[in-house]
Amino acid sequence: MELKRVVVTGLGALTPIGNNVPDYWNALLAGVSGANFIKSFDTTKFKTKFACEVKNFNAEDIFGKKEARKMDPFVHYAMVAADEAVRDADLDFPNLDTNRIGVIWGAGIGGLKTFLDEVSNFAKGDGTPRYNPYFIPKMILDIAPGHISIKYGLRGPNFSTVSACASGTNALIDSFNYIRLGTADVIISGGSEAIINEAGMGGFNAMHALSTRNDDPATASRPFDKDRDGFVAGEGSGAVILESLEHAKARGAKIYAEMVGGGMSADANHITAPHPEGLGARLVMTNALTDAGLTTSDIDYINVHGTSTPLGDISETKAIVSLFGDNAYKLNISSTKSMTGHLLGAAGAIEAIASILAVKNDIVPPTINHFTDDPEFDPQLNFTFNKAQKRLVRTAQSNTFGFGGHNASVIFKKYEE
Amino acid sequence: MSDIASRVKAIIVEKLGVDENEVTPEASFTNDLGADSLDTVELIMEFEKEFNVAIPDDQAENIGTVGQAIAYLEKNVK
Repeated sequence: MELKRVVVTGLGALTPIGNNVPDYWNALLAGVSGANFIKSFDTTKFKTKFACEVKNFNAEDIFGKKEARKMDPFVHYAMVAADEAVRDADLDFPNLDTNRIGVIWGAGIGGLKTFLDEVSNFAKGDGTPRYNPYFIPKMILDIAPGHISIKYGLRGPNFSTVSACASGTNALIDSFNYIRLGTADVIISGGSEAIINEAGMGGFNAMHALSTRNDDPATASRPFDKDRDGFVAGEGSGAVILESLEHAKARGAKIYAEMVGGGMSADANHITAPHPEGLGARLVMTNALTDAGLTTSDIDYINVHGTSTPLGDISETKAIVSLFGDNAYKLNISSTKSMTGHLLGAAGAIEAIASILAVKNDIVPPTINHFTDDPEFDPQLNFTFNKAQKRLVRTAQSNTFGFGGHNASVIFKKYEE
Repeated sequence: MSDIASRVKAIIVEKLGVDENEVTPEASFTNDLGADSLDTVELIMEFEKEFNVAIPDDQAENIGTVGQAIAYLEKNVK
């Protein structure tokens, strides 16, 4: 059976540095930090008082008061990014076979704010379970693709992927596969996350996972810098329309890039710490390259997981050097989390968008906030520190790794007939 | 309009996002005011909270219109 070619025909983004794709991309190229002090709750007693929040966003203005309160913020974000992507792809659903159009959507946690509010309310009561009937359908993370399918009437494959910070990438890989296999023609894919609340920040703080650079939030996310001290929490959403090439051509769609490979692996090592030698990271990049039929010399840009944690940045770099060999010195590496913070289950989606646009525009967004070299990293590697770099980007690879030891990696290539 | 009736109407306007003049005694939550099954459950819970009463499920099933809600609460709220 011959696999179909899969192309990217639409993009949507709601991020801490831009509320749509053009604003997001321009902020990435300009090296804008999305970090600031948290506005959504009182952080007085919290170790970390900053994050990369979505800005100038009011769900009631978009959905109306009645509908807005039936959705958790991670669903608000999903709906907005999906809508931008659908419009961008110029998908005219009434004239398409919507039984063959699906939604496969990632989230790492789902409706954490809803869970927090409802359980807090119960705990404050007399033991009578007065849960809101929307508690469960607001919280469950698969409700995001559910809402998207209802809005547009899409009756193809519909589910969520859950692999912590790799969730968005796993959604892209599943979508890629179902289109390749001929199960669906078009899939709205991506991911969203909204964990900047008392439970999310408190929980990640307890793990010592977050940066505590409260005196300078804007430079706290500093992947590959000697003084990095943890990730900066982010929130938002990214949506990617994947479509079979034949379907895209038949309707005259614009094509951003071709998706050519997806790889998956597990560290099988520790629930939260990366494998010290990056074995799972090396394996996932290998698997993606093999799937794409490419070799390491074909990759011009790696959008790394690069969360700015002391251990994670080292193990991923070891994996790149050991797999790519001399080719590691010819490509650009960057962590756009230096600007957006870490969007967890949405990270794979917004970073795929950065990779797709790098391929389309031949420019690599930077790793900002680089001040001090860390001798742990090979100085011959090009981390694209502080300034975007123009170069030919034939292909870009995007890595994401999640708690649980889940790894996922995808490859996008310039579209050629 | 009784105090109970005006409080019931306010809850319905708030939760269902409808205009106040649509909330007539004959208006059905599901047929006229756009409520689905979950909205109806939520309304009953809001009435319980607002008026500090417990509405048993078999009674709640009989509350399908604005007027039925007001009548039930006027009878059962002390």
